[in-house]
Amino acid sequence: MIREHLPVLQVVLSLVAAPLCLLLTRAVWAWLLAFIVSVAALLISIVLLREVYTGEVISYAIGGWAAPWGIEYRVDAVNAFILIIVTAISVVALMFAKTSVAQEVAGDKQGLFYTAWLLCLTGLLGIAVTGDAFNLFVFLEISSLSSYVLIGLGQDRRALTASFQYLVMGTIGATFILIGIGLLYMVTGTLNMMDLAARLAVLGDSRTVQTALAFLTVGIGLKLALFPLHLWLPNAYTYAPSAVTVFMAATATKVAVYMLLRFLFQVFDASFTFGAMPLGGFLAVLAAVGILSTSTVSIFQDNVKRMLAYSSVAQVGYMVLGISLVSSAGLTAALLHLFNHALMKGTLFLALGCVAYRLGSVRLGAIAGLGQRMPWTMAAFLVGALSLIGIPLTAGFVSKWYLILAAVERGWWPLVVVIVAGSLLAIIYVWRVVEMAYLRPPPEKLSVTEAPLSLLLPTWLLAGANVYFGIDTQFSVGMARQAAALLIGSSG
Amino acid sequence: MDLLGLYNYWIVILLMMMGFYVVIASGHLVKKLIGLNLFQASVFILYISMGTVDGGAAPILRSGVGVFSNPLPHVLILTAIVVGVATTALGLALVVRIKEAYGSVEEEDIHRQDDSL
Amino acid sequence: MKDNVVLRVVTKIIVPVILVFSLYVQFHGDYGPGGGFQAGVIFAAGFILYALVFGVEAIDRVFSAATLRIMTALGLLLFAGVGFWSLIGGERYLDYDALAQEPLVGQHLGIFLVELGVGITVAAVMITVFVAFAGRTPD
Repeated sequence: MIREHLPVLQVVLSLVAAPLCLLLTRAVWAWLLAFIVSVAALLISIVLLREVYTGEVISYAIGGWAAPWGIEYRVDAVNAFILIIVTAISVVALMFAKTSVAQEVAGDKQGLFYTAWLLCLTGLLGIAVTGDAFNLFVFLEISSLSSYVLIGLGQDRRALTASFQYLVMGTIGATFILIGIGLLYMVTGTLNMMDLAARLAVLGDSRTVQTALAFLTVGIGLKLALFPLHLWLPNAYTYAPSAVTVFMAATATKVAVYMLLRFLFQVFDASFTFGAMPLGGFLAVLAAVGILSTSTVSIFQDNVKRMLAYSSVAQVGYMVLGISLVSSAGLTAALLHLFNHALMKGTLFLALGCVAYRLGSVRLGAIAGLGQRMPWTMAAFLVGALSLIGIPLTAGFVSKWYLILAAVERGWWPLVVVIVAGSLLAIIYVWRVVEMAYLRPPPEKLSVTEAPLSLLLPTWLLAGANVYFGIDTQFSVGMARQAAALLIGSSG
Repeated sequence: MDLLGLYNYWIVILLMMMGFYVVIASGHLVKKLIGLNLFQASVFILYISMGTVDGGAAPILRSGVGVFSNPLPHVLILTAIVVGVATTALGLALVVRIKEAYGSVEEEDIHRQDDSL
Repeated sequence: MKDNVVLRVVTKIIVPVILVFSLYVQFHGDYGPGGGFQAGVIFAAGFILYALVFGVEAIDRVFSAATLRIMTALGLLLFAGVGFWSLIGGERYLDYDALAQEPLVGQHLGIFLVELGVGITVAAVMITVFVAFAGRTPD
């Protein structure tokens, strides 16, 4: 009986836990509640994934109001995949957060920290689950507002300005999305995504629909940190508390990619988005320039967290590149990279979180000789870094491989060059860290020890996942392929 | 084409660009938030004016009225207004803390103090 | 502003009216224009007006920080609780039909409770926001 209600429970559990968290005075209890709810959400998403794995689509009518009129929650292969990424990362990041947040966030604010975390989780899960365009906007704002709070809780005062910058740009992005949805509603008179798709197919092209597409793409592009709309991201990631950076880097942009896919391929038809409108070439160029320029910028960063933040923008470029190929192979690669990037950036930021916990700094100069002093932490960093570059036997290799195959299939050779060049640039910036950590002697008076087990465990959990999904690709590739087939098939 | 007949769109565009301009051009953080509010308000008007039905009455059931305006955009925009209020409150709270941390709410001053931003 | 006798007297007269009006907007919201959000804001506005004239500390006598926090959580829990109630009743989440034998009564009860939850949370949040700004001492 409870099984049929899983789509709504996926979102509502964390939504209910948030006010409960507000009432808990002790930080430990708040953490425990957040953790238990995240684990429950993970279990729910696993059950949902198993149900839609056969190609089934679960539809749930909120309040018993049938689909085009009421709000429909809709789970298919695409969002089940996203749900599992978001919930799994939330669980791992919360494991890490207990020790890390206790150090980085003031004691009386920790309860509120976990409240904001749960709200952010609610928002991200809601965006993925909902089948209603306006509901998507509401969940987007829930997740955005809570992430501004989480970022603003960083220790450095620059966290405040970073958060403010993100707030201004994020709000403009969300308002653009709101305009896009409004224009679509104006043309079709419906907000349900499936219904929108059906009606748009009948109504065909008009200037309003074109404008709606433009607003939605730019708005989602802002949330996605698509080059050149990424300016908020480096500061936000750099100055946020370590656990928040892990959570944001591995989930927030991924959910934005999901939104982009949903709108470009399902609400609008791919033949409209990439045929009648020249969005494919547009996205491909932005992605290619983004990959090359932000990878180059990350080489010159002194702060390792900031370096990885710029690298995240480049990685988003790879995903958008896959999307712009508009083929089943391209989408598979994009979705696969979405999954793998969550793993690798998660690992890297977790390892940096360990470093920040012991050293209080993640500047390049500070980590000299850490390979000897914190061997396990730096080894995990190394695994994540290898995966980021795309060395065989790591998850990063698999997605880059599929991406190159997809580009070759379309005969877009310049893109292959871009992908390889991006990887080479990644070797350079990662090498700077590796050199510093392993080849430089540690300063004499440095007396740091290995990070505590409570931080190492989640770090190695994700590092292990990088290797595991680099070797056994059955789940990730199978899931990505199925989701891609669904997206391409729906706009046939 | 009757340009003035679509006056509600002109109001929307005017407000939107005014708001957008303030967000970009002003270095004062509070003014930026005011611009952001103006920007959002234009979208509220877009939605609300969208719900108009020619000759329609206010959407309250009573006898003798057959044609109503569409109430759905109003309901949607109520939600968006709530979001706007929350955003403004959070933005102002950040400004207060920035003022305490930097002693200024001018973007240039702040950048000068932290040259990395 | 405490010294200004006009403000003091007018505030004392007008605040009860504001509060009663907010209750009207709240509980008449399912028949006419109104609802939890509007009512919550009006309710909070009454207290904010009082605090503007008599000082922020005045709010603390009615709503302490802890009370506001509990109210914020309570409203949301009431809303979500109605959803779970309909789940237990064997219907979809937030399907008010499950709340009573008669669907009409259920719908009525459901929207009443949900709007009450919204009203409580909105009022508490609005007052919290005001107190957070007006009563803030830099730390």
